[in-house]
Amino acid sequence: MIDLVGYGAFFLTTALIFSLVTLGLNLQWGLTGLFNVGLAGFVAIGAYTSALLTTPDDPARLGGFGLPILIGWLGAMFVGGVAAALTGIATLRLRSDYLAITTFGVAVVVQLVALNAQKLTGGPFGIGFIPRPFGDLAETPLLFNLSNLAIVSAVTLAAYLALEHLTRSPWGRVLKALREDERAAISLGKSARFYRVQAFAVGGAIMALAGALQAHFIGFIAPDNYLSILTFQVWVMLIVGGSGSNAGAVAGSVLVWAIWAGSGALTSVLFAPEQQARAASLQIVAIGVMLCVILLVRPNGIFGERPRRARFGKRTKATASESGS
Amino acid sequence: MSLQFVVDGLLTGSMIGLGAIGVTLTYSILRFSNFAHGDFMAWGTYATLAVVGAIAAMFGKVAPIGPLSFGWPLIAALVVGVAFTALLALLLDKVLFSRLRRQEQAIIVVMGSFGASMALRSLLEFIFTSRPTYFSRAIQIAMPVGFGIRITPDQIALLLLTAVLVLGVHLLTTRTQTGRAMQAMSQNPALARIVGIDVASVVRVTWVIGAALACVAGVMIGVLVQIRPLMGFDMLLPMFAAAILGGIGSIPGAVLGGLIIGLAEAGAVQLIGAEWRAAVSFIILMAVLIVRPIGLFGVRER
Repeated sequence: MIDLVGYGAFFLTTALIFSLVTLGLNLQWGLTGLFNVGLAGFVAIGAYTSALLTTPDDPARLGGFGLPILIGWLGAMFVGGVAAALTGIATLRLRSDYLAITTFGVAVVVQLVALNAQKLTGGPFGIGFIPRPFGDLAETPLLFNLSNLAIVSAVTLAAYLALEHLTRSPWGRVLKALREDERAAISLGKSARFYRVQAFAVGGAIMALAGALQAHFIGFIAPDNYLSILTFQVWVMLIVGGSGSNAGAVAGSVLVWAIWAGSGALTSVLFAPEQQARAASLQIVAIGVMLCVILLVRPNGIFGERPRRARFGKRTKATASESGS
Repeated sequence: MSLQFVVDGLLTGSMIGLGAIGVTLTYSILRFSNFAHGDFMAWGTYATLAVVGAIAAMFGKVAPIGPLSFGWPLIAALVVGVAFTALLALLLDKVLFSRLRRQEQAIIVVMGSFGASMALRSLLEFIFTSRPTYFSRAIQIAMPVGFGIRITPDQIALLLLTAVLVLGVHLLTTRTQTGRAMQAMSQNPALARIVGIDVASVVRVTWVIGAALACVAGVMIGVLVQIRPLMGFDMLLPMFAAAILGGIGSIPGAVLGGLIIGLAEAGAVQLIGAEWRAAVSFIILMAVLIVRPIGLFGVRER
């Protein structure tokens, strides 16, 4: 029973960290219509930044600086936000596909730096001894898991409330206006590119914060944590939840993570150890097919109730290509 | 710095260029960037590998042609592999992309291709495991050709094959009615429809050309390097970068872009080290997007 509560807390903590990434993606895609297929890169930037700032001094690499965890989180958000802003500034004046390709490239390069810049990132073995909040409770796993769940829940809730507020604020209304009728918004004097860069940067900062939270929860990071599969999982979470809705983003994340963890546990029971790597790839196939089916059948997601955006999307595309010529 | 990087770069560049032709055609005619294109490459290569295995089981060991490392079975298998990849692309278009295109939101199609890419790649890992394999384990002796450059017979044959294919596709798209229909579709889809161009057939031809060249590029990687389920995914960024550098819609541009990126990668491997190779395409991509987003031979979008 105690084990079950402990596992439940562990599961929920991970799911809520995913929710935070999904919330960031929802701001970029759901609210602003910016396509990010390299979000694993921004999560990694956050995790590594926070790890560098907070770990004790290590002669083998740059830093750590032994700073408080909170500074690590803020640093992660700052660096993640700047990285996203730079990506946005370089590509947001072009067709939306170019942003997709560039973010994909960002993820590749971040992965490359994580693997090869040993002095900065510890290389393939990653960074260990990342301070964990309530680390002195690690003797009693239950208490440790529950207190971490409390922290992660608090951060996620804060991000959720902030995003809800932003969505309804004048700033959020400009983003929606840009998404739905770019020309009208521009004619009211709103700079499309400036607002989009802001949204992309804030989304990137939230993703980086999620990466930092996870790094401090697990206490250890390695380049393998940030492969394209992470990007893919988060996209499925957002689409299942219904893009555009913050509550949907959280619900989709918990649901998809439950399916993912459940099917993972199932394969480990059903398949012999030497077959498990293969079974795991079948799991990814299933999720990939699921994403395609949802896009075909319910493009607004399972929880998404908003009217179809196809008409607006078409118009946005048309104006974008006109303004680009 | 040895000039060997020129040969290595031209070879890598050929693979990237052949793949980039497919990317640039899908982008200009179907109007989305296809993240599953790399996986066509990997699927074509594994299909070819499977046929090579089947031929070996039926006919036993076949002597290679002249100094090459492979015999007629690989050539026959490549033809089957190309056909298989083209069918795979058409099938994927029928069940997924054509339906997503109807939603009239380009980025939804991109997302669908991202999901399809993940599923296709993992399915390969499931069937063939992620262990690398090879068409042939024979070691070829590289011949010196002067200036400190050495080249193997396989490499010469594949460079020639690339040249023939690029020329063929170029003639097909510029000198035939089908090619002109493709150009019309990429320049103005609505007008193309009005003048009676068979849109469905243009879409089919686009997929077949792209997938066939992806399969050939994949088999080239298989012959010269190795075969892995991730081989196509790893080529995705260089292919996109080449297509954008060359200018979207331009086939000579895609090939030239591929060669430039291939040479830059090979040069970077010599100067900086092999581990940073993948960053080269990203740097070139960013430079193009900032300096000249329409690429070398691109036209402004209408």
